[in-house]
Amino acid sequence: MIDWSHTALTIGIILGGALMLAGLLIWVERRLLGIWQERYGPNRVGPGGCLQSLADMIKIFTKEDWIPPFADKAVFVITPAIVVITALMSFAVVPIAPSFVIADLNMGAMFFLAMSSLAAYSVIIGGWASNSKFAFLGSLRAIAQLLSYEVFMGLSLMGAVLLAGSFNLSDIVEAQRHQWFVIPQFLGFLGFFMAGLAEAHRTPFDMPEAEAELVAGYHSEYSGMKFGMFFVGEYLSVILLSAMTVILFFGGWHGPWLPPVMWFVLKMAFFIVLIILIRATWPRFRFDQLLSFGWKVVMPLALMNLLATGGVVLWKQG
Amino acid sequence: MEVLFYIAAAVTFLATLRVITHVHPVHALLYLVVALIALALIFYLLGAQFAAALEIIIYGGAIMVLFIFVVMLLGPLAVEQEKSWLTPGTWVGPSVLALVLLGEVGYLIAAGDYLPISGMETRQKGVSIVLYGPYIIGVELASMLLLPGLIGAYHLGRRLSKEPRSC
Repeated sequence: MIDWSHTALTIGIILGGALMLAGLLIWVERRLLGIWQERYGPNRVGPGGCLQSLADMIKIFTKEDWIPPFADKAVFVITPAIVVITALMSFAVVPIAPSFVIADLNMGAMFFLAMSSLAAYSVIIGGWASNSKFAFLGSLRAIAQLLSYEVFMGLSLMGAVLLAGSFNLSDIVEAQRHQWFVIPQFLGFLGFFMAGLAEAHRTPFDMPEAEAELVAGYHSEYSGMKFGMFFVGEYLSVILLSAMTVILFFGGWHGPWLPPVMWFVLKMAFFIVLIILIRATWPRFRFDQLLSFGWKVVMPLALMNLLATGGVVLWKQG
Repeated sequence: MEVLFYIAAAVTFLATLRVITHVHPVHALLYLVVALIALALIFYLLGAQFAAALEIIIYGGAIMVLFIFVVMLLGPLAVEQEKSWLTPGTWVGPSVLALVLLGEVGYLIAAGDYLPISGMETRQKGVSIVLYGPYIIGVELASMLLLPGLIGAYHLGRRLSKEPRSC
């Protein structure tokens, strides 16, 4: 029998925490970007500006929620929900501490990949349903980018799965008790992190929403809370990428002195800040560079990494 | 658990029905995505977890995205075209053929005769071992068949003029 109260509590804490963190990140990112670029950033609402997200939320809720008359209404409306739902669903398999996980699936890593491949629909369908050329161009770019980088993401993740001998994310973390997988799987980590940035369409891979050329890319036509959902969805996928990187390559909850949850949150925060730092300092790639970089550099490296890892694992088994 | 199975089966059935009857190509494809996800849930309920995950990643995530990519480029004219094609007359042939299959399935269910013709049940592990054991040459030949496709696509996408490449 499943312990419903425990499960419900875990779901509440993880989902509530993820959404709160996503809201908070809107302020954290703008503030950190400001500091790194030698300006203030939002510092007016609340101490240090920390209530900025709340003010943004009030503003976005009171804005007119406009559906363009030329859009495909039904699809246009469900798209923002897909972003948030797929991101939140992925959190179901994220183990934060021993037995502090919503669903300890045997196929945890596969479930994460499945959800991230479904998340691609939000971008593609959103751009198409908007029926405007900037949104459409954005979603065309997104398709090519997401399809290619999904392949590398799966391939570089398999190295960690091979070493742990399991798709279960808790088992993968447990296998890193003595050595983090980032040491034997450094190439895998690089590939996974890059592919994750591309999947979350963050700088330097944010061509689908390049504001200099495509207005706002695939979500140009969205306004009000529907745009807010895209925004929250992006931060959710940033949190998810950091969490997955920590789980797969940086030992998850393992660490001395502090309790497991603290270690997990600290490591995750480090990667979130790293992602923001990348945005603050790196220019955007050109689109053809992105694709040729993916297929000509990341792909062979990921394949060779997988081959070498498989060989070593087999050799150790004797 | 059986209730979940029947709900997922009903969703698969209805979604597939809409794939066939919908005149809007992109909407039809979205229904197909729903049908594939429901199918993955059925696989999961039947105990084939790995197949369920692959169903979503490969069919739901990659192949359907490519389908939508192509269909998206058709533009609004495709709806009118599809309307003119989907006349009652076009339904006759496929319906008759599908009815034959339905009859066969109905007979199998009614007769309670589940044993396959070869007389033995196949398991996934068995299939994999056979594929990568005695039939490895067949697998390799099939993968070599994909290689000409790849080379052909590269050839078609190659730039013909000698303009300096910028990347």
